[in-house]
Amino acid sequence: MGKAKKMHGYKEFLLILPFIALVAVFAYYPLYGWIYSFFDYQPPLPFSWDSFVGVKWFKMLFQSKSYISQTLTVLRNTFAMSGIALAFSWLPMFFAVFLNEIKLRPFKKFVQTAATLPNFISWVLVYSVAFLLMSNNGMINSVLKNMGLIDRPIDFMKDSSHMWFKMWLWLTWKNLGWASIMYIAAISGIDEGMYEAARIDGATRLKCIWHITLPSLLPTFFVLLLLNISNLLNNGMEQYYVFQNSWNREYIQVLDLYVYNLSTSKPPVYSISTALSMLKSLVSLALLFAANGFSKIVRRESII
Amino acid sequence: MKKVYFIGDRVMDIVAYIAYALFAFICVYPFYYIFINTISDNKLSEKGAVIWLPKGIHFQNYIDAFRIPDIANAAFISVARTVVGTTLAVIVSAFLGYMFTSKTLWKKRFWYRFVVVTMYFNAGIIPWYLTMMNLRLTNNFLGYILPAIVSPFYIILTKTYIESLPQELREAAEVDGAGILKVFWKIILPLSKPIMSTIAIFAAVAQWNSFQDTLLLMTRENLYTLQFILYRYLQSSNSLSAIVNATSGAASMLARAQTQTSIRMTVTIIVALPILLVYPFFQRYFVKGVMIGAVKG
Repeated sequence: MGKAKKMHGYKEFLLILPFIALVAVFAYYPLYGWIYSFFDYQPPLPFSWDSFVGVKWFKMLFQSKSYISQTLTVLRNTFAMSGIALAFSWLPMFFAVFLNEIKLRPFKKFVQTAATLPNFISWVLVYSVAFLLMSNNGMINSVLKNMGLIDRPIDFMKDSSHMWFKMWLWLTWKNLGWASIMYIAAISGIDEGMYEAARIDGATRLKCIWHITLPSLLPTFFVLLLLNISNLLNNGMEQYYVFQNSWNREYIQVLDLYVYNLSTSKPPVYSISTALSMLKSLVSLALLFAANGFSKIVRRESII
Repeated sequence: MKKVYFIGDRVMDIVAYIAYALFAFICVYPFYYIFINTISDNKLSEKGAVIWLPKGIHFQNYIDAFRIPDIANAAFISVARTVVGTTLAVIVSAFLGYMFTSKTLWKKRFWYRFVVVTMYFNAGIIPWYLTMMNLRLTNNFLGYILPAIVSPFYIILTKTYIESLPQELREAAEVDGAGILKVFWKIILPLSKPIMSTIAIFAAVAQWNSFQDTLLLMTRENLYTLQFILYRYLQSSNSLSAIVNATSGAASMLARAQTQTSIRMTVTIIVALPILLVYPFFQRYFVKGVMIGAVKG
């Protein structure tokens, strides 16, 4: 490379430096905060290097009875909710495949637009919709009351039964249409000639779906499945935070929410919750690499 | 070619139409229901009499809602963070996407990875919160803006897009002696409008919907966003309606007097409206975004 070009390269780097700095500050620098899990740090007291406690908090997580039982409950919820979602991860593909069979174009467009809409509203709004429909004086109760089916309102929001499944239903309501877009696009890329040939041979539409559409979608499905598996522990906290109340906490608290709840509990246990979230991040990263490695072996292609 | 029909195919058709119509209904009706209730007679609404069509139409609920100082201020904060955050995200993403296609940029591959890898890990909320606190970004409007300026996903989108543009234009301009910024401003930006619209839509929705950062960072009420105010209204058990009726003077007109539910519904619609209005027109941009993302992601 010529000297002038090199100088030009440095100049370009100077232009992006401020943004690199932003990334360093907001994405990398917080990693430094992981050291708090090795110290006895109690904000707002200033951090002191003398408060080093080694792996005390990690030990506590694995040895103190109350923490073990809490952590097990939280892990149970996390795996239950991620598990249900994984078990139904074929649903967006299913949605796209049969939507594609609908020939009435305006109807198809309308369904697609309507179904993707909930993806773009926040979890707070989803909760608000749930609340306005399902709480004591919500729509469902007034309809049931007006029909004479119940005399006394049922507060569905305080009902903690089937919490995992209900959370999955809301998640599906929000995401299904959006998640199917990837498959709809993949379907539109399938060679029309294959279908014509199959039809000439007398294949029914279900047979076309089974022998042509589904096999063409499997690679997409596989990649998304692997990504979902690597996100097993990352349910996020927003959905569960807005839906949580004192009645359902035992079933709704997932890892991400638990970490938050620990840090806002009184007194806050910053160090333990940092320790826990650090473990979580490391396990997630390992899962991601495992999924990627698996994909490299099976498909000879990486997913990240 | 003659089309062949099978009984099974017809049954499948009917089942599919019903199932999809039902799902579309479930996705849209809740918003419709809440909306018609906000413009209906509040007494009828309270009784659960407004299900399909509004009854006793009035707009007092909205007038009252914006009289609550909390809401007016939160609306301002939400709009401000959306406008400022989106503008910066779009320009910076386009700029970085462009720079990462440059052949000369020093250690380009390394810096590109340095940025993109951040998609796959995060330190957790406490280290993040403490970082924000140390940077004096708690209780600071910039706390909404600065962390969202550089976003790896958008940079992947712009870089992919800019790579697909014809390189001749750019090279010609560079030969003519146009500087980096001039090429970016005069050539890359105008050509990148489609991808920038996609990013603008994504970024605007993300800013508007953001809730967690207010929850974690802001304790001063004048920095609360609409999302956060709505959450608080849904949680609070004290009578919101009394406050509103006292300030609005509408209490005498019973049909328009606020109830707990009417305020919650009205705020819900205020928070949802920008998305509900904008979404159908920009749906194709969303779809485009997910496609390009899928190729690379």
